[in-house]
Amino acid sequence: MLAMSGGVDSSVAGALLLRDGHEVVGVTMKLWGGDSDTGCCSVSDVDDARRVAQQLDIDHLVFNFGDDFNAHVVDPYVSDHALGVTPNPCIECNRHVKFDRLLSRADQLGFDAVATGHHARIGRAASGSFTLERGADAAKDQSYVVHMLDQAALGRTLFPVGDIDKTEVRRLAEEMGLRTASKPDSQDVCFITSTGGRQTFLGDRISFRPGRVVDRSGAVLGEVEAVEMITIGQRRGIGLPGGGPKRYVVDVDVPNAIVVVGDDSDSLCTTTVVERATWIDTRTAGEALVQCSAHGVPQPATIAGDGSGECETVRVTWSEPQRRIAPGQSVVFYDLADKCVVGGGTARR
Amino acid sequence: MLPFFSERFANPSGSHRFARDARRAVDEARDQVADVLGVVPGEVVFTGCGTEADNTAILGAGGLAVCAAAEHHAVLLPTEQHGGTVVRTDAAGHIDLDQLAEVLSPDVAIVSVMAVNNEVGTITDLAAVSRLVRSLAPGALLHTDAVQAVCWLDLRNIAPLVDLMSFSAHKFGGPKGVGVLTIRDGVQLDPLISGGGQERERRSGTHNVAGIAALTSALVETDSQRATENVRLGGLRDRLIDGLSGALDGVVETVPRNRKIAGSAHVCLEGVESESLLFLLDEADVCASAASACASGAMEPSHVLAAMGVERSLSVGALRLTLGHTTTLDDVDRTIDVVVSSVEHLRRVAVPRP
Repeated sequence: MLAMSGGVDSSVAGALLLRDGHEVVGVTMKLWGGDSDTGCCSVSDVDDARRVAQQLDIDHLVFNFGDDFNAHVVDPYVSDHALGVTPNPCIECNRHVKFDRLLSRADQLGFDAVATGHHARIGRAASGSFTLERGADAAKDQSYVVHMLDQAALGRTLFPVGDIDKTEVRRLAEEMGLRTASKPDSQDVCFITSTGGRQTFLGDRISFRPGRVVDRSGAVLGEVEAVEMITIGQRRGIGLPGGGPKRYVVDVDVPNAIVVVGDDSDSLCTTTVVERATWIDTRTAGEALVQCSAHGVPQPATIAGDGSGECETVRVTWSEPQRRIAPGQSVVFYDLADKCVVGGGTARR
Repeated sequence: MLPFFSERFANPSGSHRFARDARRAVDEARDQVADVLGVVPGEVVFTGCGTEADNTAILGAGGLAVCAAAEHHAVLLPTEQHGGTVVRTDAAGHIDLDQLAEVLSPDVAIVSVMAVNNEVGTITDLAAVSRLVRSLAPGALLHTDAVQAVCWLDLRNIAPLVDLMSFSAHKFGGPKGVGVLTIRDGVQLDPLISGGGQERERRSGTHNVAGIAALTSALVETDSQRATENVRLGGLRDRLIDGLSGALDGVVETVPRNRKIAGSAHVCLEGVESESLLFLLDEADVCASAASACASGAMEPSHVLAAMGVERSLSVGALRLTLGHTTTLDDVDRTIDVVVSSVEHLRRVAVPRP
């Protein structure tokens, strides 16, 4: 079962699966029912997916997972912001919709595997367990956003374009005359419009509260209109006049509507606690490279349990102090070769 | 139908002999259609589809519209978009007559209540609706979306109760892309499409002559077979539902059989998702549907089942099997086998949902 977003990667993934002799059925997931101008389930994207499927001569279905998407992605996105947490909805969508809901639907219907157009690779370790590796195209690598896959999921997942770079994907699409060959990559969160943005989306769903902006000593420096829109690490839009020293948001206290700003040194931290950790194979501790955003530079650190005995909680001790990670962001652990994902989780509040 | 694509390919609005030939075909079709629908020929307006007929009725009445919550979107959306009133339904999908009586007033311009529900097959008591409308909103037009009624109900009994009726050819064996709106003599509706003034200026646009001819043949044929097909297909429908209920637990008949058309076998299957079931049925060459599809092709949660108060947990397992003139006993028995084995499979491998 090939998840087809209507983009070039999943289009070419379909062609590669057929080349390798798989029987393929294309599926587009209808996830978001509200306004959208950016995302992956607009009618024109479904049209693209269907037309590519016709061209590849495979069946194409549309599954409506709107309820799951709302429950696991959109509702938490809204309630997290209300608590001052900045979630990554695309990762939650992968976790709950693509690699849970779709995978179990595929199982139910007798499919051997689910394939997607993600740029990541699945391999086998000497032990026989599955590994999750960075995609061949370093610039397009998406191992970060699929870090939550476990052995059971990896064993039933295929990433056909993970072995080739994006230029080659587009070249193949061009060569096969696929209509999506030069379609731009999707960039943004699919349920947030580029015109209204996050502000409009959240403003329609939660009541924003104004917040005081203070420095580390508690002195009031300014005001923000919506404390829920402020993220740790943010520099602009925090109601401070320009020209002074660079200031970063170093803490957001949503219940008390206080935004704390500090200079470069205040924004650094030596440890980060990660919750809801998942592991590619077994729980691991020790030295690792740790990445905190989709295209962030992995930084050396030591990962260990936080002493609480909870296996889902991990303490990351950075080799060099790092800028504070906004709570809710995914923190992904790679091996020292920066090749394989070891595990990952979510930065704690 | 076919000659109108070739040797009789002329525009009936023209003035030459070929045009007159096409014009005659449309005129004769109109006579036959009027006869089956229980109206006079001048009351028949050919349209491009059932949706156009519904939209013309609601929007053309030019005032406050009232409809039922289980109406087809072709009625529901224009009603809602123009500030109309939507009346709740009972558990069988029938318009709530008490609430209808409450909302009727001299301000109402049009009341629209479907003759037969397209999803669950419920037959509306149009005589009761008509009595209410005539007494409580005597100035209002009464429209019925009769798109799903043609195979099952004699329209000659419905026509005297209403002012406007909508039809679509492909629901009774005709081609897609042609429909009818009947407009009682003397009723003024603003046309949805203006231009060349065809159909007595009630619907401009060049006639789809081939479609109209085919619609007419299908309508006449359907009318002549209706009585026997109702008996034959009612028996098969009972066999189908009884077969499913006998072999499976958790088969919920959505509407009592005595309140719906003979060809409708709508059930909700506990512990099953329609999308999964439809995939397995499709693999086994059984074509079915669950609700209606949105623009992307995804199944949308049914507004009809929601109006009937069916819990979401049950309505996600809706299965809409429809029997028609090509359905045979073998089809029914094979469908029972395939549905039963598919449902058993899905329940066996079901993943518990949070």
